[in-house]
Amino acid sequence: MNHAIKVRGLKKSYGGKIAVNGIDLEVVQGEIFAILGPNGAGKTTTVEILEGYRDRDSGDVAVLELDPEHLGSHSSSWRNRIGIVLQSTSDAGDLSVSETIHHFSHYYTNPKNPDDVITLVGLDEKRDDRVHNLSGGQRRRLDVALGIIGSPEILFLDEPTTGFDPEARRAFWGLIRTLKAEGTTILLTTHYLDEAEELADRVAVINNGKIIEIATPATLGGRHLAKATISWKEKGHIQTKLSANPTADIQELSKIFNGDIPELTVTRPTLEDIYITMIGANK
Amino acid sequence: MNILRIGALRGALEIKQFMRRRESVVFTLMFPVLLLFIFGSVFKNTIAPGVTFSQYFISGMVASGLVNTGFQQLAINIPMERDFGTLKRLRGTPMSPISFFIGKAILVFTAMIIQVFLLLLFGVLFFHLHMPHSPALWLRFAWLVVLGSASSTVLGIAFATVIKSGRGAAAVVSPIVIILQFLSGVFFVFSSLPSWMQKFASIFPLKWLTQGMRSVFLPESFASQEVAHSWEIGRTALVLVVWLVLGTVMAARSFKWSDQ
Repeated sequence: MNHAIKVRGLKKSYGGKIAVNGIDLEVVQGEIFAILGPNGAGKTTTVEILEGYRDRDSGDVAVLELDPEHLGSHSSSWRNRIGIVLQSTSDAGDLSVSETIHHFSHYYTNPKNPDDVITLVGLDEKRDDRVHNLSGGQRRRLDVALGIIGSPEILFLDEPTTGFDPEARRAFWGLIRTLKAEGTTILLTTHYLDEAEELADRVAVINNGKIIEIATPATLGGRHLAKATISWKEKGHIQTKLSANPTADIQELSKIFNGDIPELTVTRPTLEDIYITMIGANK
Repeated sequence: MNILRIGALRGALEIKQFMRRRESVVFTLMFPVLLLFIFGSVFKNTIAPGVTFSQYFISGMVASGLVNTGFQQLAINIPMERDFGTLKRLRGTPMSPISFFIGKAILVFTAMIIQVFLLLLFGVLFFHLHMPHSPALWLRFAWLVVLGSASSTVLGIAFATVIKSGRGAAAVVSPIVIILQFLSGVFFVFSSLPSWMQKFASIFPLKWLTQGMRSVFLPESFASQEVAHSWEIGRTALVLVVWLVLGTVMAARSFKWSDQ
């Protein structure tokens, strides 16, 4: 397995305040890796060190087999292979969407077709609008367009869907899956647990500058082992039962009711339930 | 070469953005022309045989134009681009920083050419400005413009790094430029200023640029009216080169792509 990103013992503090306190992680080529954590957990600091924006205090970092802090003469060729969507930007307001994307395409040796990218992010109708006239969600889609225009091998997305409406978010998820299918490695930070669950192959939960756990969304925090909650209506009341073996319990209930079980639901803890428990326990 | 090609593309983009920002067109390009009309119409007196104040003033405004389009424009716009995240985003692309600075230089040079052209045009049409009459004077004009706008550009980039926020940039930079114009003999005849003010102004490039421009646009006989009783051409070149070198070193060492 090739590692697109490798981090060992990463530490960073700002004037005595520790932001990242010993992080280890590996991102496999072609996977979507999500970093979850509350505000101030160290997500953005970690990502900005990987992107080459910040220097670290200690630890080893390799992104596409190079150290972002010591790129030397490889600076331009390394940046040619990565794409970055920063947390928030408000630049280039006096240019149109199409002008901005076409201009950025000249920076890369192997750019995607700018017009295809405009379509891909759903800005066709806004292509000739000035950037300062875009809504927050449209601006974010432009950010994404500029992040992918260079056909990056690794795409960094820092809270990419903030300000999206539900429909735009679904469209964005589709775009990310397309990029993954093309072989792009994606490192994503997000506040939205459903987004992580929908997209990520693996997630890392970080809090207070440390990783609490790295797992697939389905197994994080022992989620797949957790008991299911069965609920149904009996004698006018909702009954609930924690069950390690819901299939057997439902067969049992079905016999009692002689067929249909009124208002039956079976739920397992959502990723959000698990996440909130993990962050709560870590405080 | 790719760095030059992308630098040229950035230059074209910078000019496009500049022309679309109404306030930049008005303040950077039209404001000096407006000042020319106000001062030129109010002060019609003759300050020396064959030299009117408006001729004196236009020479100073041409010199100021190099400061406006380079130093003032960059020291205001670069902090704004830093605040907006424009610079940070560019830093994350393969674009070479050299291309970025080439783009800025193209913008400054274009705005400067337009501004100088407008000032000279209105100066000749309305205020009896005489164009240089010999190739030697045109040559002097050319190197003054090149050295002046080059040092103005690098000093603007260097000064941009000490400005904390883009929003406050204009409030810091504009007064500095205006005071420098007063001290350097743009709005007043330099030789009439107190001597301590003259000495202080002599530290900065604008004083030397205004004097150099006077040597181009005013009659040779006016040289005797200068504080040093000469145009001090050699010294002017020396001061500008020193500032150019200092500014380049400061800009290269201190430039920041983001405020972290």
